[in-house]
This record gives sequence, C-alpha cells and structure tokens, in this order.
Amino acid sequence: MDLRLDGLAVDRILHGVDLHAGAGEVHGIVGPNGSGKSTTLRCVYRALKPSGGVVLLNGRDITTARVRDTARDLAALTQDSHVEFDFTVAEVVAMGRLPHRGTPRQDEEVQADALSRVDAAHLADRSFLTLSGGERQRVLIARALAQQPKVLVLDEPTNHLDISHQLAVLEVVRSLGVTVLAVLHDLNLAAAYCDRLHVLDHGRVVRSGAPAEVLTPEVLREVFHVRAHVVRHPTSGVPQLLFEHRETHQ
Amino acid sequence: MTSTSSRPTTAPVAPRRPPTTGLCLALTAVLAGSVVCGVALGPVGIPFGDVLRFLQAALTGGTVDAAEAGPYRIVWDIRLPRVLLAAVVGAGLSAVGVAIQAMVRNALADPYVLGISSGASVGATAVATTGLFASLGIYALSTAAFLAALAAMAIVYLVAGRNLTPLRLVLTGTAMAYGFSAIAMLLVFQSPRGEAARAAMFWLLGSLGGVTWASLPIAASVVGAGVLYLRTRAKHLNALSMGDETATTLGIDVSRTRQELFLVTAAMTGVLVAVSGAVGFVGLMLPHLVRLVVGADHRKVLAVAPLAGACFLIWVDVAARLLAAPEELPLGVITAALGVPCFILLMRRRGYVFGGR
Repeated sequence: MDLRLDGLAVDRILHGVDLHAGAGEVHGIVGPNGSGKSTTLRCVYRALKPSGGVVLLNGRDITTARVRDTARDLAALTQDSHVEFDFTVAEVVAMGRLPHRGTPRQDEEVQADALSRVDAAHLADRSFLTLSGGERQRVLIARALAQQPKVLVLDEPTNHLDISHQLAVLEVVRSLGVTVLAVLHDLNLAAAYCDRLHVLDHGRVVRSGAPAEVLTPEVLREVFHVRAHVVRHPTSGVPQLLFEHRETHQ
Repeated sequence: MTSTSSRPTTAPVAPRRPPTTGLCLALTAVLAGSVVCGVALGPVGIPFGDVLRFLQAALTGGTVDAAEAGPYRIVWDIRLPRVLLAAVVGAGLSAVGVAIQAMVRNALADPYVLGISSGASVGATAVATTGLFASLGIYALSTAAFLAALAAMAIVYLVAGRNLTPLRLVLTGTAMAYGFSAIAMLLVFQSPRGEAARAAMFWLLGSLGGVTWASLPIAASVVGAGVLYLRTRAKHLNALSMGDETATTLGIDVSRTRQELFLVTAAMTGVLVAVSGAVGFVGLMLPHLVRLVVGADHRKVLAVAPLAGACFLIWVDVAARLLAAPEELPLGVITAALGVPCFILLMRRRGYVFGGR
C-alpha cells in the first residue's frame, strides 16, 4: 500500500511534513529529540488529528475511513504501552485480530505465526507484565504483525532490545514486504535497514533520500550537532557512522 | 528468527486457569443453591423442603395449606424478591466494576468513582430529611435517588467534556462525588428529624430491607441488558486497557466507545444505587477476585464476574439479616468484612500483578 503525507501540520510541532512511501518500501524517520518524529507517526496511526495537511493511504484521506477499516490496513507499534491488567502474552497478541473477522482457528494460526516471527513463541502463556522490556517489545511487535497489516508504523521498534533482537526484528519487518514507516534512533540501523530516510528537524523534513544521500557529515552537524565520519560497511556497503567524542572536537 | 529457536524454553509462569464454561456452569449451580438458601435463612428460619415446596406452588399455581400461609408469605412476598434483587445488584455491581476499571484504566476504580452514587445519595437524603416526593410513598427514596443519579451523570458528563480521557473522567467523578457528598451531609446535619437522618445514613451504606417485587423488573432488565451490552464490548475493553493510542490502532473509536460505556455503566449504577443504596466493595474487589482466577481477558471476566457477584451478594445479604437479628446490618459493613480477608488470602496465594506491578 502506498502511504503519502502531504503538508502534515500540527500546531507548534509539525510545519508541513511531506513524505511518500511506495508499496513495500521501508522508510525511516530520524531526527533529534523533539523534532516531531513521534507526532508525525501519531497522525499516521490516527491517535492525533493533524491541524493541517493529510495522510493518504493509497490516495485516500485516512480520516475519511472508519477507524476499524484503517486498522485492517495499518498496524502500529506505539510508545504508549502501559498495561494495567495481567494479560497473558497470547491474549495481548490476540488483540491484533480485533479489526478482523476471522474464524477462531485462522486467528490462532496468525497469532502463533506472529509470535514465532519475533522469536517469542515460548512466551505465549507468560504474563505480559512479568516480561522484560525487550520481551514486551517483541510481543507488541507480534501483536502488530497479527493485524496482518499492509502498512506498518513503528515508533522506535528496537527500543529495549539487545543487539541480536534489534537486527532480527528489523530483518523480520523488512521480510514482510509491507510498507514500513519507522522512527529509529540508531542511525546505523536506519542506514542498514531502510530504503529511504527522512531527516526531521523542528517539525520539517530537511532531507529525504537514500541513506547514503541523507547521512552526510553536514546533515549530522547541522541537525544533530555532532561530528561524524561516514564509512562504508565492509560487506553490505551501506553508510555507517563513526562519531567524534565531544571532548575531542573543540 | 529461527536460528535461536532451539533455546531452552522457560518454565511457564502463568497460573493454570480453569475453563471458563465449566466455571460458569458451576457458578450457575451455586447461584441456584444460594437463592434457595437465601430464602430459607433469616430471623425466621424456614426448612429447605418447605422453601422448595412453596416456590413450586407459587410458580406452578399449586396450593398451600392455610396453616402455612405465614411462612409462605415470608418466602414469596419478602424473601424471594429480596434474594433475587441481591443477585441482580451483585451481578450489576461486579460487571460495572469490571467495565469501569478497564474504561478508566485504573485498578482502583469502582462503580462509584464516576460520582453517580454520591449524586443519588443527595436525592435519597433529600427525601429522607425533607419529606420530598411524599406522595410516592415507599418509592419516594428510590425515585429521588434515581433522578439525582441521572442529574449527577449529566453533570459529570458535561464537566468532563466530550473528550472523556481516563484521567479527566476519574478526576471529574471524584471531585463531583465530594461535592455531592457534602450536600448530602449538609442535608443530614440540617435535618430536624434525627430518625430520618439515620435512615438516610443506613440507606447510603446499602440495604435490601423492604424490597418488594415492584422494584425487581426494572433493576433486573437494566442490569440484564447492561451486562449483555458490556459482554459485546469485551474485546473493546481489552484494547482500551492497553492504552488509547493502541486501542485506536486496533480499530477502536476510543472516544465514542468510552461515551457509550459511560452512559451504560452510569445508568446501571444509578438504578442499582436507587434500589439498594451504595453497597461498597463489590464493584471494586469482585472484578479483581475474578481476574485472579480467570485472568484479565474481559471475555472471560465479564462471563464470570456477574455470576460470582450475584452469589456473593446473596450471602452478604443473608449475613446482614442474621448477624444482628432482629436488627439488620448495612450491606456495606458485611461486604468489607467478608471481602477484605478473602481478597488478602487470594492475593497471597497467587502472584497477582496489580496495575503494572
């Protein structure tokens, strides 16, 4: 599915964000704290109504669809995942089937598949609240996968994950073949797993393009206020960043 | 991610949970037994055989000896409506408690957190202390309580605004509850009729004394319809307990769902408070007790909680009649005395995780 953000504005936070992710492409949003990354995603997954501009799914304004219909096409991993009650992991993942009308058997297959994709099948009967931060994050991603979305919106999906699961989760996300829009803090992971990156600063997209075009020493200096060297990854060839420590650059 | 699938699996930590259908059937049987016991037990004990015979006679149009007219009257006119209403109130309070805790995402919420019951108490105390609605006779108290509950519901809804976020709802309800309670207290203290003030206080703590068949149909149909509605919203409640944003991404129209839930739970609470006063504890603790046994999935919780609440309140009412006979104790005193130890016991036995540890 084709996802387009056209002049997206939210009072005092976003000032016209334009972005286009074609079907099956993996797009990353990077930017410093407070640049409007999460706000952009919240408009996409409809937790926030933009004060200007539109989010278009396959050319259709997302706010004209019923929330439930949107949920069949688009799943999200949000930052708001405080759970009040003692659900089991299986029950949490089952919530991903809510927008669908499947038979119990179909639903169970989809849930089991989603859990094993994030290497969490063995957690199914555990209480969600007793999991570690990384395990919770994987279960929440499994819930999003259980929605069988065509567009996946991820707010810091690698949060709390150890390095092996960071790589594994992003590989799974890429392998789905769905359109992905993800906020990523780790620029090297963003460069390795995204087809295109969008740099957000003060509520505007200041640079868009392939990782090699976007992650340049100039952008890092101007937007992130750090000095960095860009090197090529020895096997994959994607740009990777080496940062100068602050005390070494006067 | 199959490369790491050979890792040893950790031992399951979740408690084994009984199948919900079996539990519901068992509770239905317990409920039927409780109704019979509830009718038999009281200041005037009536043998179980007689109870069953009287009930059969009443339901099938049989006859009863003239000599047994007294006990029959007690069973049919006094005890049975009272026991059935106890079941309805217990079922309703438990279901409303479950729904409200999920709706405001707060383990400490109960049916009275929205301020509806405090509103109702203003109506009830006004009747008891000023003789308002005197023309309605014995229904004056219930009618006034219900009207005041409706008014309180409208006030809370308007003050909280269209955007019923959990925190706004709880804060508005709590603030309004203080206001309403203050008015009720003022009425009690200003009242020249000391006995009336005592009656009002007794009513506030919850009582099923003086219940007749007349109050049963309305309460039963409102609670029945309300519980059925809540059960159709069980999956929505699951999603709402994960947070508003998550619920939205799962396809829930959060603000509309919460408005519907507010109206249904507030109406149910209003009716329940009108017929029985503000019985405490049931709506707070029963949901947790049920979650301890069946887990947090609202499809299971809302199937079991009404049955468990019905059984629980029947026995509470029996205790209220028996413990200080011929005087009656307020239900709220018994619910607390029975429920608190039971709750502590269950909480110590299992690793129950309360609201995110």
